[in-house]
Amino acid sequence: MKAGALAVVVILGAVLIFCSHGFPPWGDPASPASRHVSPYYIEKSMRDTSVPNIVTAVLADYRGYDTMFETIVIFTAGIACIFLLRTPQKTKTETRLYRHVPTGITLRIEKGGKFPEDSIDFERIDSEWVPYDLIVKTTCRLIVPFIQLFALYVIAHGHYSPGGGFQGGVILGAATLLLAVAFDLRSAKRRLSEKMAAILGTLGVFIYAGTGIACMILDANFLDYSALAPLLGVDSISARSYGILIVEVGVGMAVMAVMVMLYYNISSAGKQDEGL
Amino acid sequence: MNASVSMPIAYANYWVFVILMMIGLYAIIAKKNLAKRVIGLNILQTAVILFFISIGSKQQATIPIIEHVHDISRVAIEARDYINPLPHVLMLTAIVVAVATFGVSMALIIKIYARYGTLEEDEIIELSRDIET
Repeated sequence: MKAGALAVVVILGAVLIFCSHGFPPWGDPASPASRHVSPYYIEKSMRDTSVPNIVTAVLADYRGYDTMFETIVIFTAGIACIFLLRTPQKTKTETRLYRHVPTGITLRIEKGGKFPEDSIDFERIDSEWVPYDLIVKTTCRLIVPFIQLFALYVIAHGHYSPGGGFQGGVILGAATLLLAVAFDLRSAKRRLSEKMAAILGTLGVFIYAGTGIACMILDANFLDYSALAPLLGVDSISARSYGILIVEVGVGMAVMAVMVMLYYNISSAGKQDEGL
Repeated sequence: MNASVSMPIAYANYWVFVILMMIGLYAIIAKKNLAKRVIGLNILQTAVILFFISIGSKQQATIPIIEHVHDISRVAIEARDYINPLPHVLMLTAIVVAVATFGVSMALIIKIYARYGTLEEDEIIELSRDIET
């Protein structure tokens, strides 16, 4: 099995390396990939959309239909993960651990035991004992707002610098993930609940598709943002720029929500009571 | 072909992608463990992404963001000054979709482990035969 696999891989690799001489040399300006539609995008995107970042212009305007379905693929992955893993919670019946914050003493509440959930002196901890990590928690508490601010900057500044909805959405999701890793899953879920993540993800896809529908209602093609000009009160070229921003915000929300949904479900195997 | 790029360097990047891709393919074929197979699939995916990014590059060209000038209509934008934006667009979405599909495959792996207690493929096939009979 292993020898056969090695033989297949080596032969296929040798054939591919042999065929690589049919490719254009690296960095060749006249390579076939750079001759077909890409010169049009480079030379005309500024005139058509007034967006200096060509990648953003192509992503959300010229190929907006493609990007919409990429967003839907990501959203579907989040939904699939929930359907595969999510199991109903049974927190009331199992053993729980609480730490008395001022002294560091751990209390163990057996099955069916009652404990005031809203006591501020006690915090619930995971059943696998974790040390009281003041440095990690304080650092993460300080750093998370800046990560979120940077993510919003990446989304909003995608027209002028590398960035956009996908990248900013992933960073925004990573901030919540950092919270879930440094504290625990419950405190992350208090900030951004599972329901909220699902609503945000749906809303993100809805914003993207809704922008397309709005263009159709205004008597233009699906996702032809220049039709939004009378609504936004700008000329039709700036309207395409604003339209890109609107759908990028939608993409960012959907991606962030899906990253959070995936982490919540996979880290706890669908029970969503204790994370990693 | 640009004279500043010598012959071996001009194709060395393709060889790197082929080697990376073959590492991934070997893991998919030879490994019995499902988690290792998913990792192999990811390595293969990375090779494809790197390949796409590399075909977008151009000698003496900069990133596809048009430089800020005061009167844009007077400045001619030449396609040879900016690298090809299209592979970047395609791979930008592909990377995020790869993460999302990786999440789904991990969810499936968790489910398989919960049912069979193992991730080795031959053991899973044996156990599923036992369940059938």
